Amino acid sequence: MVAVVPALLGLAFLVLPLLGLVIRAPWPTLPERLAEPGVLTALRLSLQTATTATAACLLVGVPLAWVLARTRFPGRQLVRALVTVPMVLPPVVGGVALLLVFGRRGVVGSWLDSTFGVTLPFTTTAVVMAQAFVAMPFLVIAVEGALRGADTRYEEAAATLGAGRWTTFRRVTLPLVAPGVAAGAVLCWARALGEFGATITFAGNFPGRTQTMPVAVYLALETEPEAAIVLSLVLLVVSIAILASLRDKWLTGGSAA
Amino acid sequence: MSAGANRTASTTPAPVPALDARLTVDRPGFRLDIALTVAPGEVVALLGPNGAGKTTALRAVAGLVHLSAGHVRLAGTTVDDPTERVWVPPERRGIGVVFQDYLLFPHLSALDNVAFGLRSRGVARQRARAVAAGWLDRVALGHCARRRPRQLSGGQAQRVALARALAVEPTLLLLDEPLAALDAGTRVDTRAELHRHLAAHAGGALVVTHDPLDAAILADRLIVVEDGRIVQAGDAVTITAQPQTDYVARLVGLNLYRGHADGHAVALDNGFKLTVDDRHQGGVFVAFRPAAVALHQFQPEGSPRNVWQATVTGIQHHGDNLRVQLGGPLPAAADITPDAAAQLRLAAGEPVWAAVKATEIRAYASAEPTGTDGSEQERP
Repeated sequence: MVAVVPALLGLAFLVLPLLGLVIRAPWPTLPERLAEPGVLTALRLSLQTATTATAACLLVGVPLAWVLARTRFPGRQLVRALVTVPMVLPPVVGGVALLLVFGRRGVVGSWLDSTFGVTLPFTTTAVVMAQAFVAMPFLVIAVEGALRGADTRYEEAAATLGAGRWTTFRRVTLPLVAPGVAAGAVLCWARALGEFGATITFAGNFPGRTQTMPVAVYLALETEPEAAIVLSLVLLVVSIAILASLRDKWLTGGSAA
Repeated sequence: MSAGANRTASTTPAPVPALDARLTVDRPGFRLDIALTVAPGEVVALLGPNGAGKTTALRAVAGLVHLSAGHVRLAGTTVDDPTERVWVPPERRGIGVVFQDYLLFPHLSALDNVAFGLRSRGVARQRARAVAAGWLDRVALGHCARRRPRQLSGGQAQRVALARALAVEPTLLLLDEPLAALDAGTRVDTRAELHRHLAAHAGGALVVTHDPLDAAILADRLIVVEDGRIVQAGDAVTITAQPQTDYVARLVGLNLYRGHADGHAVALDNGFKLTVDDRHQGGVFVAFRPAAVALHQFQPEGSPRNVWQATVTGIQHHGDNLRVQLGGPLPAAADITPDAAAQLRLAAGEPVWAAVKATEIRAYASAEPTGTDGSEQERP
């Protein structure tokens, strides 16, 4: 009984703001507001960049998770700790760090500029990089956990059947950890979609190029609060849809490998 | 590919053995050191208690465990030799392995599991599936081709695992406790079928088991491993008749003692003296069946030459009879009928007289265990 009141308070604290969003939404004008070009542009950019960032994270994050889970080398614990740093780092700090390295005067950025004539900050690529930076740890941690939980004897069985490392990884390991990879990818995508701090620091706020939904929400709040509510509502719907799909497929009893 | 032809061939001076190995694996507190040869077409069983090192030996041959010393040669090719710095990974050893719990890939159908080895060797998908389907037919599971492993019974999964290992026609087939995961009913049928497939397999086969019945039925030759060493090797009949260690004696259900013979008298290592029918000089084993031990309430008179007073330390059911564990000067097991037990009013802690006729006791010279596998044994 002692726990009920604080529990209800906690629940209210989590749910009330979301309810507030729904209650204060300008429902009568919602259709036309949603159809505004600014909203659609921001939404499209957000979906595109989050998806690209997730694909990039899969490409390098799954191998990274494999190395952390399956190989032994000195300093492995340190590497794992470094991988998780972006999870706890304030995103703005991440954005500053990205700017310092990939900015026009940054270590890598100046080289890219002088060699290829490429400048990254304040481009759509920068948005993707900022999102990947903060979201990849979620993918790596999820996939690494799945790899650790997978029975390595299946990989031994594959080896005795003549499969080399790559074939074994592709045909045995990856299918066995597919639920973990999918869950990690969804978390990664959701985190990328909501990215704000690193994005606005490293990529700025150019409509159609770097102005993603969260950035648009923040700016709309200063000029046109109703628009901010609409944008927030859209993000809320997308988030809840992701959560629902996660629950159905991987969170509840979906551990069948 | 006729196995019969191959078997006849292997009784003539041996061709290149399918497996020629000396396996030394050092682990903290454990050392495996055994020599093994398996001829093409031959089935050899590694028999031993849990923790004897049987599975480690199998994994070393497969390349899943590195040797500390020694060598593994498969069909004449060295695949592991630490002193020569030779190491061939499992995927290039041309072996087949049936694991204890089969390890069928859960995300692949039975057909694709069997086709996996061929696909890994670069066979095109359609061709690999056709060959795999043939193997599933051979283990009478053609109708289960599209099922996932979790939809198969234990016996079916075992046969799919066997088909998967055989489909690549390995020069050496390794089986780790292939029947241990099955229930008693399935086991008899599966064992008979496994025997048939092993007999038809042109390559060699090495079966790891702790079950003497599996070993006796499946294998042409038995190698008994205890504590990382070979303690006895030979065919099932020889091993059953003349066990060399307590473990083997218990496996085949014999009371076994080591002693020193002087004619018909044998002084056992624990000081007890037995009279036996056979004449020997020097170190011997003496063995008698539990059923040869007669129990009496009072000291028996007359013919039995070996009589002693014992204490009942335990009674268990053993088939239709009771197996009585005896303590005292000569620890032994005795098999008696429930009627006899009732008449004797046997109970743990009670004294009882035990007698064994000299003609019931076998004595045979003890052979010191060696590191070799006794491959001079004639194969049947």
